[in-house]
Amino acid sequence: MLVPLSWLKDYVDIEISPKELEEKLFSCGFEVEECWETGKDISRVVVGLVEQCDPIPDTHLHVCQVNAGSFGTMQVCCGADNVAVGGKYPLALDGATVIETAKDHVTVVGVATIRKGKLRGYDSNGMLCSGVELGLNEDLYPGAGYNGLLVLPADANPGDDVKPIVGLDDWIFDISVTANRPDCQSILGIAREVAAVLGQPLKMPALDYTETDVKNEGLSVTVEDPDLCPRYIGHYVYDVKIGESPAWMKRRLALVGNNAISNIVDITNYIMREIGQPMHAFDGNFLEGNRIVVRRAKDGEKIVTLDEKEFALTSDNLVICDGVKPVALAGIMGGLNSEIRKTTTSVTFEAAKFQRDNIRKSSRALGQASDSSAAFAKGVYEYTTVLAMKRALHLIEELDCGKVSATHVDVNTGNSLESREMKASIEKVNGVLGITVPNEDIVRILTNLNFEPSISGDELTIHVPAYREDMEDYPDIAEEVIRMYGYDHVQATFLQDAAVTMGGRNLKQKTELKIKRALCAEGAYECMHYSFFSPSDLNLLRIPEDGPERKAIRILNPINEDLSLMRTTLASEMIYAIARNQKKGNLEGRLFELGSRFLPKELPISDYPDETATLCIGVFGEKEDFFTLKGLTENVAETLQIKFSYEVTQKPYLHPYRAAKITCEGEDVGYLGQISYEIEEDTDMRIPAYVCEIDLGALEKWYGRTPSFTPLSKFPVEKRDLALIMDKTVTSGQVEEAILSSCKYITDVKLFDVYEGAPIPPGKKSMAYTIIFTPGDEELTQDAVNGYVDKILRKLQYTLAIEIRS
Amino acid sequence: MADNALQERIEAIRAEIREKAEGLDSSRLVYEMKKTFMDPKQGKISALMKDMKNIPAEQRADYGKAVNELKTWALDHFEKIDRKMKELELKRRYESEKLDITMPAKKETPGNLHPVTQMREQLIDIFSGMGFEIYEGSEIENDYYNFTALNTPQDHPARDMQDTFYLSPEFLLRTQTSSGQIHVMENKKPPIKILSPGKVFRSDDDATHSPMFSQMEGLVVDKKITLCDLKGALDLFVQKIYGEETTTRLRPSYFPFTEPSVEVDCSCFSCGGKGCGLCKGTGWIEVLGAGVVNRKVLANCGIDPDEYSGFAFGIGIERTAMLKYGINNIKLLFESDLDVLKQISDYQ
Repeated sequence: MLVPLSWLKDYVDIEISPKELEEKLFSCGFEVEECWETGKDISRVVVGLVEQCDPIPDTHLHVCQVNAGSFGTMQVCCGADNVAVGGKYPLALDGATVIETAKDHVTVVGVATIRKGKLRGYDSNGMLCSGVELGLNEDLYPGAGYNGLLVLPADANPGDDVKPIVGLDDWIFDISVTANRPDCQSILGIAREVAAVLGQPLKMPALDYTETDVKNEGLSVTVEDPDLCPRYIGHYVYDVKIGESPAWMKRRLALVGNNAISNIVDITNYIMREIGQPMHAFDGNFLEGNRIVVRRAKDGEKIVTLDEKEFALTSDNLVICDGVKPVALAGIMGGLNSEIRKTTTSVTFEAAKFQRDNIRKSSRALGQASDSSAAFAKGVYEYTTVLAMKRALHLIEELDCGKVSATHVDVNTGNSLESREMKASIEKVNGVLGITVPNEDIVRILTNLNFEPSISGDELTIHVPAYREDMEDYPDIAEEVIRMYGYDHVQATFLQDAAVTMGGRNLKQKTELKIKRALCAEGAYECMHYSFFSPSDLNLLRIPEDGPERKAIRILNPINEDLSLMRTTLASEMIYAIARNQKKGNLEGRLFELGSRFLPKELPISDYPDETATLCIGVFGEKEDFFTLKGLTENVAETLQIKFSYEVTQKPYLHPYRAAKITCEGEDVGYLGQISYEIEEDTDMRIPAYVCEIDLGALEKWYGRTPSFTPLSKFPVEKRDLALIMDKTVTSGQVEEAILSSCKYITDVKLFDVYEGAPIPPGKKSMAYTIIFTPGDEELTQDAVNGYVDKILRKLQYTLAIEIRS
Repeated sequence: MADNALQERIEAIRAEIREKAEGLDSSRLVYEMKKTFMDPKQGKISALMKDMKNIPAEQRADYGKAVNELKTWALDHFEKIDRKMKELELKRRYESEKLDITMPAKKETPGNLHPVTQMREQLIDIFSGMGFEIYEGSEIENDYYNFTALNTPQDHPARDMQDTFYLSPEFLLRTQTSSGQIHVMENKKPPIKILSPGKVFRSDDDATHSPMFSQMEGLVVDKKITLCDLKGALDLFVQKIYGEETTTRLRPSYFPFTEPSVEVDCSCFSCGGKGCGLCKGTGWIEVLGAGVVNRKVLANCGIDPDEYSGFAFGIGIERTAMLKYGINNIKLLFESDLDVLKQISDYQ
């Protein structure tokens, strides 16, 4: 919110510098996002009195002798058509900074430094300036809109700095106001805080006016939905003379970013900024039936707002109607049909409180917003409706643009605007803070905030003004006290009264971290992708229409379609991550992500869906293949002290012959495989990539297995190498399983060679294994081991038709 | 054989050994030369011994003694030369194995945890030490837990501060990990010290905002917990993360679920508070929001606010990590670019 210092000073005396004021505001909870001098770009511009002015032949230029007081008299060339002897104009001295304009002398292009120079052979020691060149416009300073020199007042002294004369020494504060303080969304509101923090009295704006005897007989206001409009004040003003607002009002509106429109409209905008109450003025001639009705719109009812946009309404939208039709979208914007025109002769002012949520939702649903709707959405208190109406009527008189009738209508729900009493224990207030604020400081602070405090023993009694609806309980009082007393009084203590508690990660958190670290140790890098993805991700993966991955939760209001579904697989984003790395020349790498998949029980969801912790690993590069990825999944199993089994499987996005399902104790827990060549091509990958997903949710029941120690055998282990010949269709897994299950002393079976080709017959292959026999309580004799080997061979022959390679 | 003749032969052999040994430059040659003298079958000294049988018996003792002396001397001499050669050879070997030690290292590079995980785990370590348990809530949350129970009813202006992704009228993507507070307090009675890290979502996607980011909520509920305790815990946090010299500053703010609410700034660890580019000249960096738990929130969870009080804070993990590591764009954290991920290794 923009707050000009000059305007603020109407309500509170400020002797400190703008920088100090910024710090004071900051310390009591109002962050100044930006703070600047209105003439920050203008320097070394002084009042210049033109004492001599001669035309330069054959040009539109004049060469002038300009008296710049203590800076001397200097020659300046000037092209403006209104330069004249005796005139006083802004003179930019050598080295001055001014606003640079384009050739049209109007369009601002930046900031320029003025240097001495020659024009058409004549020395020019500076520049006489227009209003635009000082960053001014007609609203900010009368005459500044003229496309020529800015004429300064006759009493200006040559050589004086021009900035204070034209209001360029003002300061603008851009203050951010927290959501609990809508009462500070106005210059008066900020002034109240400044007064409190400086310990200065608040000077209220003038609210007096004189009602005439004239009445608008029959003007009626009906509020049909008091829940959405707890207060509606209307006041009729007649003999209205539409015209321009005075310069001071136009300037203030310009400083906060409002264009001046006409006196009546400017008054409503001025009050919006000054008091924070959105107001509206209806042209009295266009209120049919001399009625105002506040009601929900009928479904399909239409209104055209001031900006000539048409809206079809629903019963969720509140409208202000006359006897026949809607004339305003309540709290958002007036209707075109009752707009203030040059011919307007009477108006009915509106100062109302509309329900915050309704205005916010209507504004969003209709896509129509205004300063007014923004204010209502933040919250407008009833207190300001009364204040604003008085101020509007005062300004009608001050601007002499109408007469205040005796017709005042106030429809309300009986809410009190008086301050309310609140009691609290001093001990509890201090208990929130953890320090003891001296009672006299508490009283001083709360007095400055207009809470009229009194203390009796431990009991603090305050009177909360109506504009402080946020004050509910003693912690609110504690906050008021500490923000004014100073947070630097809060001294660090370390839970001195708290019980000792046992902290740390639980088993799931520890295990997940252990898995991540195991993968890091294997050279993998953890990544993090969004929890939502695109429907096109599922198309990339060739998930069929009835595939389970398609059963994804939709975000009702996504940022865009690409971020519209809660992910049901981590694979697609991993594939894109690999492709992005390859594209930028990272041609090998290991990535993993541990995150959630979102599996709804039904759609649309009516309960929490399963958020399944899932591990996704992706590897790519010359050194990687199916088995290096399998090495990583085995690593996960070892980390958890469980055993994975692998079976051939098919996935729409994996190589048809290089994909495996991972199971653990018979339960599906994931898959791994090579990414299909179709997807490689779709994503412009240059190098094959491999991906796996492991459902950690399914593995969680095995987390925390305690390792158990096997006593070392006193006897040596025995090793036997067997080269076996078998059909190509026999898998290594089958062989290992058959060997392992044939003898209880076998503790490991390791494949060390695979060979196909002569002399092995076609259709056959040779696989060679090392088998480790670990003895138990007794030594394994050579004979015994040979016997086991025979048994293995018989079993292999019987079950898998495997022969020993001779 | 005359004594003199023997003496001459012995001296001749000595001289020959001395002379030949001079020219040797490897222990292999020493070995071979030694063989030519000492080999039991063909060696020249062995030959002298074999001549013993031709020596008259009365001279044999002297002869034998003289030859043995020669043999002992020769053995010793060869030993010395051999040692010298071995030293020489070792020296040569070392010299020949001289390395350009500036050549690249050979190593298996371990990967890294994600920078956000690294920061998250550091924070967990810090607060675990203070007795905080870790509670991870769900990313999909009920409207009640995300807003209503946190004192943010339907028409509350704070609902405007956060643009929320809705999945149904009732369910949404949590906008803050504060929702975890409620789940914990509904199921556990004080003393409570909980740290709740996780992903949160806001409908904001531009140069400085990501629609998904990570927060870590901290909550303490016990008897007599005060704003001073909050400052104590947060001072420790910034000191552990940004250095022992770091201090905090509290300033007023607003969150519906805390009262009073504060923004917490830490002294700029880059310039020490003098003012620099990182802190935009202010000497302070905004690090988190916090406050004393609103009494209504405690009451909503069935905890008596007259008996217990608490504090809560919410740390943006990406922001904390970006500040610490100097990462300038939040989007980089979600792009899985190995050139980014390889750079940050702070928690192993």
